[in-house]
Amino acid sequence: MILFGFNDVQGKQNFRWEGFTLEWYARLFDRSDLTRALVNSLAIAFASTAVTTVLGTFAGLALARYRFRGRRAADLLLFMAIACPELVMGASLLSMFVTFGVPRGAPTILVAHVMFSIAFVTVTVRARAVGLDPAVGEAARDLGAGPWMRFRLVTLPMIRPGVVAGALLAFVLSVDDFVVTSFTGGATVTFPLWVYGSTRTGTPPQVNVMGTLIFAVGVLIAVGSARRTFRGRDAAGTGTGSGRAEPQADGTGKGTHEETDGHRRGR
Amino acid sequence: MVLPAGLWLLAFLVIPLSFMVSLSLQTGNLVDGFRQTLHWQNYADGLSTYGETFARSLWYGLLATVLCILLAYPAAYWIAFRAGRRKTMYLFLILLPYFVSFVLRTVAWRQVLSDNGPLLGPLRDHGPLPAGFHVLDTGFAVVAGLTYNFLPFMILPIYVALQRIDPRTVEAARDLYAGRAQAFGRVVLPLSLPGVFAGVIMTFVPASADFVNAEVLGGPGDTMIGNVIRAEYFESGAYPVASALSFTLTAILLVAIFVYARTLGTRGVLEAAR
Repeated sequence: MILFGFNDVQGKQNFRWEGFTLEWYARLFDRSDLTRALVNSLAIAFASTAVTTVLGTFAGLALARYRFRGRRAADLLLFMAIACPELVMGASLLSMFVTFGVPRGAPTILVAHVMFSIAFVTVTVRARAVGLDPAVGEAARDLGAGPWMRFRLVTLPMIRPGVVAGALLAFVLSVDDFVVTSFTGGATVTFPLWVYGSTRTGTPPQVNVMGTLIFAVGVLIAVGSARRTFRGRDAAGTGTGSGRAEPQADGTGKGTHEETDGHRRGR
Repeated sequence: MVLPAGLWLLAFLVIPLSFMVSLSLQTGNLVDGFRQTLHWQNYADGLSTYGETFARSLWYGLLATVLCILLAYPAAYWIAFRAGRRKTMYLFLILLPYFVSFVLRTVAWRQVLSDNGPLLGPLRDHGPLPAGFHVLDTGFAVVAGLTYNFLPFMILPIYVALQRIDPRTVEAARDLYAGRAQAFGRVVLPLSLPGVFAGVIMTFVPASADFVNAEVLGGPGDTMIGNVIRAEYFESGAYPVASALSFTLTAILLVAIFVYARTLGTRGVLEAAR
């Protein structure tokens, strides 16, 4: 893919190597519909990540800390959300939207993306929060901290790696989603949808270029967070790994081990 | 605090599923609208028309899952036990291709495997392959694509399970005169089974329900049930039949998971997914 982004193609089909060029990098934004699809993807992914991270973090915390009625139902719901094939999720959402006459577009895509990402954020945060000592929160309360202050100054810093990992996971799931989006998107096109549609008419080299750039950014983020993890461990010896979309953690530190556990269900 | 997330899942996962079930029993068409008539025939029609496609989807899903185990287990084992201090790097290298978007990856395979592409072109023109040889548009290409695309979902759970095994248990087995194979078969393998179990679910379910690989890499004879459902929704607008097919697929997959959980004797399905 990376190679063919440099391919000097003449016709519509980008299958045969025809010489090196940087032309497609210069003309990256020539296809306005492709650019719009990419912008749609990024906007939806950011919005979905924000909503999902907030909802999933609270759900994960609650599941890790409290025993309450309906816990088993919550577990079942999470399992459903993770095990249900995307095709069925998309199809059933479409069935509901059709029944209610809801127009499909960016809002319905957003609703769907939040739906299938919540479970992943929840289990990631829960895996991180389960090992925490509740005494720390109690100490903060004894020192006069209110609920919001306790959350912001005590709980959040402790679960931050889980939250960051969950957020990255939610972002990747949203940006990369094709199946559910194709059912709930209506006329709104995202980057994966555009690429898929282009297979019939010929995929322009710009797609390879954008893919290469997204790939490079992903790798940079992963390497960056892995480095920070190691530095953090050396400096403080706390073993709090910072999150990332894929578990590159070696799982030897206790903190990172719990994270990897959360990722077991990641896709 | 669980409430908002739970409500969201209820509203956009559980309720839509029930709508789909309801829709699957209706009759009508897109123009005049659909009416609830408890039309069970939708299921019978769907199964009799697409029975073969269902079978093919499950078969492809199964093949891809088995191939994934065969590829993933040795890789995960090697990284977990043999890679030493470079574990993180090897895991990262394996996952590297998956930073590229799913659709884009599949399309890229189409470019690589095309008859005049960088791989088959030279092999045929100057090499051993016969003139009519091609890979694209065959079932082989679809299964290969599925295997490739869902491989990480097999590698990661197995790796995590293997990683958790205390190496001292293996040493203890060796001290008690277990051979290499015996130590592996009696200690490592059983301890890693929950990982394999999670991996199988996370590979088999999406692979059987996939339609992208069949669409991009397969030919007209390799359609999977996902392609059919998608076409029923978007091309013929036969929502009730499409809903019936989706629900049948869900039911088959659920039954498969439960039967599998039972026969394997691992703790309950929920337990393994946790």
